[in-house]
Amino acid sequence: MSKAPPITNVSDLMAIAYQIEADAVQRYTVLAEQMETHNNPELVKVFRDLARAEGLHAEEIRKLAGDEDIAQRAEALRGWSRGDSPEEVDLGAAHYLMTPWHALQLSLVGEKRALDFFTSIVETTKDPKVKEMASEFVEEEAEHVNLVYRLLRKYPKPSDSWSDDPDTPLAQG
Amino acid sequence: MSSIEPRLACKPADYKSNVNPIWCPGCGDYHVLMSFTRAFAQLGLAPENTVVVSGIGCSSRIPAYTNCYGFHGVHGRSLALATGLKVSRPDLTVVVASGDGDGYSIGGNHFLHACRRNIDMTYVVMDNRVYGMTKGQPSPTTEPDFDTALSPGGTGLSPFHPLVIALASGANFVARAFSGEPNETANILVEAIKHPGFSFVEILSPCVTFRPDERDWKSQVHPAPVGPTSDPAKAARRIMTDDGFNIGILYRGARAPYRPKIANATVDLAELEKDFEL
Amino acid sequence: MPNAESLSVAIIGSGGAGALTAGNMLLEAACAAGWHGLMTRTVGPQIRGGEAAALIRLATHPIDCMADRFDLMIGIDWLNANRFGAEIEVAASSLIVSDPRGGDLPTVVTRAGARVVELPLKEMAKEIPGGRPNMIALGIAARLLGLGEEPLIRVITKQLASKGQGAIDASCAGLKAGFAAAANLDFGVTLASPKPSTAKRWLVSGNETTGLGAIRGGVRFAAAYPITPASEILEWLAPNLAKVGGSLFQAEDELAAINMIIGASYGGTPALTATSGPGLSLMIEALGLATAAEVPIVVIDVMRAGPSTGIPTKSEQADLNIAVYGLHGDAPHLVVAPQSVSDCLFTTQWAVYLAEALQTSAIVLSDQFVGQAVAAIDRPADVAFIGQRARATEIAGTYQRYAIAAGGVSPMAIPGTRGGQYTADGLTHNERGTPTSSENDHSRQLDKRRSKLDSFAYGDHWATIEGDGDLAVITWGSLTGAVREAIDRLRHSGMNLRLIAPRLLLPIQPERLKAALAGVKRALVVEQSHGAQFHRYLRAHYDLPSDVRVLNRPGPLPIRPSEIVEAIMGWRT
Repeated sequence: MSKAPPITNVSDLMAIAYQIEADAVQRYTVLAEQMETHNNPELVKVFRDLARAEGLHAEEIRKLAGDEDIAQRAEALRGWSRGDSPEEVDLGAAHYLMTPWHALQLSLVGEKRALDFFTSIVETTKDPKVKEMASEFVEEEAEHVNLVYRLLRKYPKPSDSWSDDPDTPLAQG
Repeated sequence: MSSIEPRLACKPADYKSNVNPIWCPGCGDYHVLMSFTRAFAQLGLAPENTVVVSGIGCSSRIPAYTNCYGFHGVHGRSLALATGLKVSRPDLTVVVASGDGDGYSIGGNHFLHACRRNIDMTYVVMDNRVYGMTKGQPSPTTEPDFDTALSPGGTGLSPFHPLVIALASGANFVARAFSGEPNETANILVEAIKHPGFSFVEILSPCVTFRPDERDWKSQVHPAPVGPTSDPAKAARRIMTDDGFNIGILYRGARAPYRPKIANATVDLAELEKDFEL
Repeated sequence: MPNAESLSVAIIGSGGAGALTAGNMLLEAACAAGWHGLMTRTVGPQIRGGEAAALIRLATHPIDCMADRFDLMIGIDWLNANRFGAEIEVAASSLIVSDPRGGDLPTVVTRAGARVVELPLKEMAKEIPGGRPNMIALGIAARLLGLGEEPLIRVITKQLASKGQGAIDASCAGLKAGFAAAANLDFGVTLASPKPSTAKRWLVSGNETTGLGAIRGGVRFAAAYPITPASEILEWLAPNLAKVGGSLFQAEDELAAINMIIGASYGGTPALTATSGPGLSLMIEALGLATAAEVPIVVIDVMRAGPSTGIPTKSEQADLNIAVYGLHGDAPHLVVAPQSVSDCLFTTQWAVYLAEALQTSAIVLSDQFVGQAVAAIDRPADVAFIGQRARATEIAGTYQRYAIAAGGVSPMAIPGTRGGQYTADGLTHNERGTPTSSENDHSRQLDKRRSKLDSFAYGDHWATIEGDGDLAVITWGSLTGAVREAIDRLRHSGMNLRLIAPRLLLPIQPERLKAALAGVKRALVVEQSHGAQFHRYLRAHYDLPSDVRVLNRPGPLPIRPSEIVEAIMGWRT
């Protein structure tokens, strides 16, 4: 889990919260495009839906912050994390034959990480305004986590042979 | 080294052909040729079982000046040619000769892989820190401030450090020699050829025509302060911190040399079709 | 039900559908049952999960080309199939079996107005535990073409042996479901029964027969650098060379690969490497070295569409120029081209034999079509061409490696031979091998290297020459099959045509082509090259009749027999 950066004011907190959502949008979009190129239309839809949901969260944060330049400020704060953000979706876990269950598992990991991130800010910050805002984000992320759990109930865990492809990989050059 | 028994009472002159070298008088490579013939004589190598493989450049002319088998190939590819020869004819003693341009510039990639593969052969690079045959361009080992026509004022680039690269890539024997000490060089070559696996010997060999400043090398070289180590980390530290003029065997490793996987035929040709049959 | 002597089927699917696996099984089963077969494939650029089509032609007679269009097409899904739409031509009479949830039909189908029948292959597969839609497609194709279940069950059992009985059972169940579903489909035609034959038959690709040809010719060392579409030659050689006491060695790049084989050959071991256009470009310098130093080597070029990286997975005939003219200086050498999957064996073996006999470099111009196509062929006859270079063994006096003598070939001393020491050199040299710049030595050695090639008796293998008539169709390489089929069709409607397909492209054979063209008033040149390289080569070196037309096109689409027929019909006087 990524260590929390030194967040000393609410606008920095908002910027980081925004970044988390914006990064998730980017990752889910990349995954949707991968699935499109690899002929997995069901997952194209799942990832585009996830990207859209994260995009809405990002918009909400931007409106709440009332800050048109929030994206830029967020970029400037990037340096503290070795990955791109705590909610980062692991592109390395993608597979061309992945099922919606796999996609939601990926999303669940990301949401839980974001939840832990904001929780740690609540626990460590000395600034009461930051603490209050961070607590709201904790609630928000908890709702996302619950949503993913509910969605997972719709998709059974796939069988062990989910990644079997009778055709062998092809040499392309 | 060849698996054939050495012949006794060989003289260095036995290994010299009657072709006169085209090298400029004063060229360090004359001494290197002397060292080659002295080393071959010391080892009692049969000339018909010894092959000298080279690329292109002044140093690469050396095969025809010996009376062993030789291959004067194309620029930079001597190690590849020698590899194909040695893995299909492990009985031969294979010595590869190159220069700093042929070996470290165009031949750079093959250098890395030859060290890595650790096939039993000896690679001798006559380093004069210039492209002699094409009249004076900088090579990968040329000093950054050396003025040439293609690089007025000098290249400004750090020189390549071949001994470190050889060590890092897996060479089993790393040495530096100086052409002006032909006996010592011959001794180093003897050890290199005897040592199993890929042996790399860099011979500082001045170019009297394009690097007359290198005449000064004879006062700059000195024996390495300590004998060779078999610990690559120690060797790396020593080589990286020396002044570039430590002469001697610097590393003598214990990696098992590459064993060519050639077994006797186990099937006859007709067996190979079985997989095709409907 | 009317019988057809030849039918073609395409099985299409993406993202793990297993279309290619189904195609392989269909081909193997049909050929085991006695039909002739040829399979190619066309795929998207992805390494896994891409759109793929298995393209199969089955016939009662030997075939060396694909048909003009597909009679049956089964779409497990049509995702991105438009990408290779031009390669899956159908007619109005064709039958398309389509999974309604598989996406939109490709435009090539709707444009042709073919009959479309919908079958929910994916749903049918779900009803079988462990079932897959590609097995259902396989069952449908087999039933409609006229195959029985038995040969398929045998193939499934064999191919899935390592996956366990469960997988075999599920696949057979899928096969049977497809069979049953096909009973209700009206294809309107079926394959005529295979002709009985006692000939031993192989199911094999051109790349594999190339490998076997190399070993039969005497190659015992190969250097390898992977490149599409040649890698399979090297992959086949790796274990098989070891079995016969040889070895394959992976190089760090093509520059190393070709220099390695020169080293091995210099040491006495016949040696070979295989590559494609970009690799051949890298190897050109060393080909010159082998030619000048008279060290025998063979380089297989499995041509892809070019230039530069081009289309690695598609065929073209546009490396002719570089193979014939690419070496700097005057460097006569050998260039040969196989004409079919079966001919890859003979031509490669012959190339090894010629390279060793003539102590020079040989380039074998194969291509992606013939290299990667899988065909059922009659087992090629054994031929006696085994590489045997002239060796200097008893050496008196100073050995003259490059001595001028009748025939131009001078015996080669192999390292280990006492008294035979010499330095092989790319530098111009005298008879001893010592570098020289003398005008006399230079021209004598140039004469030597040319005369050894020109004075050699290549025999009838130099070209395929068939038929008679005053119109000749001149082609080469993998197009020979399509030209032959076109000529056969025209012969049935009373036209007499000659087929001329050189197998030996270098050195040129002007006298022999002149004889082959005796009486020919018109020539159609057919080739798969945008710049008509073969036509220009013919013009440069041979006398052609005054009336010449050229049918040329670059890859990726193969030139079909019907196009050749049309070109000839359009040329009636």
